[in-house]
This record gives sequence, C-alpha cells and structure tokens, in this order.
Amino acid sequence: MKHTLSVLLQNKPGVLSRVTGLFSGRGFNIESLSVAETLDASVSSLTLVTSGNDAIVEQITKQLHKLIDVIKVTDVSEGEFVEREMVLIRVKAESNTRAEVLRVIDIFRGKVVDVSPKSYTVEVTGSTTKIKAIIDILKPIGIKEIVRTGTIAMARASKS
Amino acid sequence: MGKINGSQAIIKCLQEEGVNTIFGFPGGAVIDLFDELMDSGIKNVLVRHEQGAVHAADGYARVTGEVGVALLTSGPGATNGVTGIATAYLDSIPIVVLTGQVPTALIGNDAFQEVDIVGITRPCTKHNYLVKDAKDLVPTLREAFHVARTGRPGPVLVDLPKDVVATMINFPERKPVRMQTYQPTYEPHMGQIEKACKTILGAKRPVLYVGGGVILSNANEELTELARRLDIPVTMTLMGLGGFPGTDPLSMGMLGMHGSYTANMAVSQCDVLIAVGARFDDRVTGRIDAFAPHAKIIHIDIDPTSISKNVKVDIPIVADCKHALTAMNTWLTQAKDLNEDEIKTKHEPWLATVNEWTEKHPMAYATDGEIIKPQYVIEMLSKLTGGDAIITTEVGQHQMWTAQFYKFNRPRRFITSGGLGTMGFGLPAAIGAKMAFPDELVIDVAGDGSIQMNIQELATAKQYGCPVKIAILNNNYLGMVRQWQELFYDKRYAGTVMEVTPDFVKLAEAYGAVGLRATKASEVEGVIKKALATDNLVIMDFTIAREEGVFPMVPAGKATTEMLLV
Ligand SMILES: Cc1ncc(C[n+]2csc(CCOP(=O)(O)OP(=O)(O)O)c2C)c(N)n1
Ligand SMILES: [Mg+2]
Repeated sequence: MKHTLSVLLQNKPGVLSRVTGLFSGRGFNIESLSVAETLDASVSSLTLVTSGNDAIVEQITKQLHKLIDVIKVTDVSEGEFVEREMVLIRVKAESNTRAEVLRVIDIFRGKVVDVSPKSYTVEVTGSTTKIKAIIDILKPIGIKEIVRTGTIAMARASKS
Repeated sequence: MGKINGSQAIIKCLQEEGVNTIFGFPGGAVIDLFDELMDSGIKNVLVRHEQGAVHAADGYARVTGEVGVALLTSGPGATNGVTGIATAYLDSIPIVVLTGQVPTALIGNDAFQEVDIVGITRPCTKHNYLVKDAKDLVPTLREAFHVARTGRPGPVLVDLPKDVVATMINFPERKPVRMQTYQPTYEPHMGQIEKACKTILGAKRPVLYVGGGVILSNANEELTELARRLDIPVTMTLMGLGGFPGTDPLSMGMLGMHGSYTANMAVSQCDVLIAVGARFDDRVTGRIDAFAPHAKIIHIDIDPTSISKNVKVDIPIVADCKHALTAMNTWLTQAKDLNEDEIKTKHEPWLATVNEWTEKHPMAYATDGEIIKPQYVIEMLSKLTGGDAIITTEVGQHQMWTAQFYKFNRPRRFITSGGLGTMGFGLPAAIGAKMAFPDELVIDVAGDGSIQMNIQELATAKQYGCPVKIAILNNNYLGMVRQWQELFYDKRYAGTVMEVTPDFVKLAEAYGAVGLRATKASEVEGVIKKALATDNLVIMDFTIAREEGVFPMVPAGKATTEMLLV
C-alpha cells in the first residue's frame, strides 16, 4: 500500500540525510520525496511517498518521529488529502505534431514554457495519476527529457 | 565574567555535567582541549587506542548510570572510535564522544585528518552535532548530555572544529535544556496500566521477560516486587541479567539462543508475556512466529519504535520501565477485592511445571577429570567472588558461559556487548568500570581471540593503577564460530584455529602485570584465589576443554523450543 507522509523538520544542515539514511539503513522504500522551507524559515516541510504494509508504515512513522530534528509526522493518506506534482516535459514538436501536442497540453491544462524549432517544453501540474496520463500520451510522440518534482501533499482542512 | 576560549567553555560544561573522568587520545585537532584539561581537575585517562577510549567510557556509563565521556582527535582518531560508538548505540548506553575536527574553513577540502565523522556516525548515534559557530558550543554540549541520558539513552557525538574551540566566547548561564522536538514519554498511560494489570491477574501461566531497559531505568526493585508479590517467573535477556536476582527461585535465567531450557519452554507455553525494557531481538525470539505463540503480550518500553517492531503486541505501554512498574505495583496495591495469595495459589501449578523443566534439564555440564571445563571456571569465579564482582566480557563462548553460570544478583554488574557483539569490548570496559569504582573487584572474562583485539589497554590499566583481573578461557579457537562450524559446517574449521597465540603469562609480565596459568581443573581455584589476593593487574590463562560447546543452543532461525541440549 502506498502512503503519503508529511513531515515537518528543523531546517538544519544534515537533516535530510538523517531522513534518507533512515530509509536506506532500514530498507524502507522511498517512491518520491520533496522538501522545501515553510513560512517559518527554521522549519522545512517534506512530503514523502512510501509503500509497505501497515506494520512497516507504522515503523516508518515511529522511526521518523524518533529522529531528533523531526517535529511532526502525519500520514496524510490516512484521511482526505490533496496531492500535487509538477512535471516539465520536453516533447518533440515538429511541424506534423505541433498541433497535436498543443491539443494534449490544453486538455491537461498544461503550459508551454519554452519553445524551440523541434520541441516544446511543457509544464503540467496535477495528481500523480494525471501526470502519468499525460506522460503516457506524449510518449509515442517523443519525450526528449522529463523532470518531476515528486509529490507534495496536504491533508484537507476539516469541513466543520 | 569575561570571555573564555572554547576549550575552557567545554571543560566548564563537563564540570557542570558532573564529569570527573574522561577517556581520550590526543592529536592535532584536540591539543588545545588536552592542554586545558591538564589543570582542570578532570581525570584524563590516556588509552592506547581510540576504540578503547569509547569502550571505557561505555563501561564507566554502564556501571554508574552516568554519562561516559571520550575525547578523540579528528580523522583516524574519530574513525577508530566508531566501533565503540556503535557498541554503545546497540545497547542504549549514554556516552558523549567529543571529536576534534579540522578548522571550519577547511571542512570539505579533504584537509589533513579530515573525515565527515558526523556523516559516518549518523546511523550509529542517538544524535550528533557539528558545531560550526562558537556561540552554539555550550548549548550544543548541554543538549548532547541531555539527549544521551534521557529517554532511551544512547551515544551522542559532538564534532568540534579547531577554530571553534579556539574562539573567545561568553559562557552562557545554565538553564534546563528544553527541546521542542524531543520529549520522551516517561509516564505510562493509566488506562494501559490497568489493562495490563487485569490481564496479568487473569493469567494462569505468566512470564516476565526482562531486558536491559530495566537496568537502564534502575527499575530492578520495582520489577522484583511485581514478580514476587504475584509469583511470576522471570527470564532475562543477556542485557537484562542482574535486573532480577539470579539466585531467586523465580529466576529462570537467560532466554533465547543460549538461554536455559526452562526459560525457553516457559515462554513457549505462557499465556501472558510481560516484556519489560526488552526488544524482541532475533537472538531472543528465534523463529518469530513460534515465539510465545499462546501469549497475550504486554510490552513496556520507552522507545515506541521497539513496540510491535518484531512481534505484534497486545498491550503496548510507552513509558520508562521504572515509572510503569511503579504504576502497576500501585494499581495492584489499590485494587479492591484483590487477594494476592489467591493469585499466587493459582500460579502454583505453573511454577511446578517450570521447576520440572529445570529438574529435567538444569543448566549443567559434564566434568572430565583434570580437563578444565570453562563452566567450572565461571562457577568458581561466581563462588569465590560471592556473585558480587563487576564482570565484563568479550564476545564468544566465554561470554555465554558467563551469562549462564555466573549468578548475577544485582544490576550493573554484568557488562557485556549484547547488541553489536563486539570482541575487544571487555578489557577497556573493565578499565572504565574500575575507574568509576576503584574499590570494586572488576573481572574481564575473555576469550583468547577477543582479548587480542584490545590487549594494548593493559598499558592503560597499568598506568592508572587500575588492577582489573582478566580470566582468559583459552581454547585456542575462535570458539563460538568454531561451534557453528562443528554443528552446521561439517567441522570445517575455516579461519577459526588460532595457530599462534602469545604466551599470556609472559605477555602479562611484559606489561608489568601478573600472569597465572591453570592447565588442570584442580589448579583453577588456586589461580583465582591468587589473582584475587594480588593488588596488581592479573591475567589468568585457563587452558580449557578445547572443543567444549555452549548449550542449550537454538540454531539461528529455529523455534526456541528446538534446542540442542548437548
Ligand atoms: C569484532 C568482532 N569480529 C568478529 C566477531 C565474530 N565472532 C563472534 S564470537 C567469535 C570468536 C571469539 O573467540 P574468542 O574470543 O577466543 O572466544 P571463544 O568463543 O573462543 O570463547 C568471533 C570471531 C565479533 N563478534 N566481533
Ligand atoms: Mg577462544
């Protein structure tokens, strides 16, 4: 089972390596990881997608919590949550495919951020499923390069 | 007060923490600190290898319960200490290791004697720090001691660049350390305590399974009270020995791979298992699904990650063992309609079964004329010291025989590397223990292999008038590995025969110590008595039955009921 963990950490040198070291040392999975500072510059927020059975995810959560620089660990996938990922795709766009590429981008509400005679660089944001879908569609046209941010996630605000 | 330099600030921090002895080895990066230490009143014990410094600090911490301190230079000094740090980490021992580092301006430049020791030790410290700014020096050191000794204790390393240590600073006033992100849970959840007590009262065949956490939290009295008031038999892990009196009729001795027949059978048949400060290590559980298969499991541990890590727990209690056991005893005292005698009566058939197991397969060995059986040496040591010496060990068969045959009645008397199983631990740890308690008898039970791993520390012991006694159970083999080869590798003794071993008697003499040898069973008692009567450092070399095995033995990966008995 896939789990999306949101982790708040102290923004200090070496903290990220404590997290990744924990995962490699204990043989836990990291499917994606993204990290940046929060409003409070002394705190970073990290979103980590991992997988494993309940016992493993429980152990991952506890082990993360045990790290002294970790402030808070939430398994956002336990409740309702929003997840987003951004991808930059450089896709082949020659005279015969340009129109089609633009159509696809439009359907996915993407943006062309760079143009060359032979390619478009496209920015798309969405859930992992949506990102995967556009990649699948553009692949046959010819993807030259791709960079993904990894998922970021947030629990939904309570409705009450 | 005016400004002082970083070294002076470090010394002041050590004094604030009550440190009076540190174990160290100098080098370019820490000359300033050594210089400052010289007139500080803190005893600076010069070891002969940095691994020895860390093990000695560790031994000091294990016997006192205080934080042990080691001071090493940068680069090779620091890397030599890593085995010691990992040893302390696996057994949750509070130590602070201070390492010198190249000046901040050179960090990352592959400077002379530069290593990223913070990176290297990240997975084997509870926490570590690189102090880059002199203003952080004092707060960091205070935090380091706080982290090392609180919660589940462990080693903390502080890396000190040379320029930081030379900077002039104002010494900040002492305040209690508060860390937003680190607040261990000491007090148990009372609902869980009640559940646990009710479950225990409902049990017909309860067992207390006691680990090193009981010793670390000084909970032996509370544990003993709980066991005795309800007549619950007790088994201990290697790290838990001494947590409950070994001579008490309720003691079943150690469990696990080389545990007693009784302890392993009792765990396999119990209906409630009360794990206290133990972590279900694979050397304890054997095949995991066959461990305590009929039991409801109660688990008290201060570290939430230990709970339900290997075995699913029914009643988890995250708390300091001492606090949790106190809460349980109080609950029992206050429970209405509880007749403790009735509970004891209910446990009688269970205790009878336990005793039958012990009668059937006691912890025993066959004697063989004048050949020295290692178990006999340990029994003699136990007898002649009244079971009250501080015993350290190296790692191997001799360590297991000590665990099996020395009757530890008090905590912090059995000092052994359990989790990491570090050969070479025993001698420096004995020196650390003796430094802490100069009036106590300290004996390192060693193997002929292990003792050679930190033999250089004999000079340290000699220099500081630290007359520990070393009892080598000499089988001329890396015996524990040989035993596995005998049982599981067709007796192919690959790499386990010590074809050349020094003459330990002469070696002792070379270091200004006393060397004694026994080659016959009838000489054992005399040699031990003579060693105990000398004021000097002593090596006793016992030529033991060469191919004696440690039994019972649960082969790795087997159920703990599948014991090999001879
Ligand atoms: C540093 C280290 N290296 C290797 C081992 C693996 N090992 C475990 S026990 C043992 C044999 C120890 O021999 P000795 O000290 O003579 O003790 P004996 O088993 O013969 O009593 C070895 C090599 C270890 N535990 N530690
Ligand atoms: Mg040996």
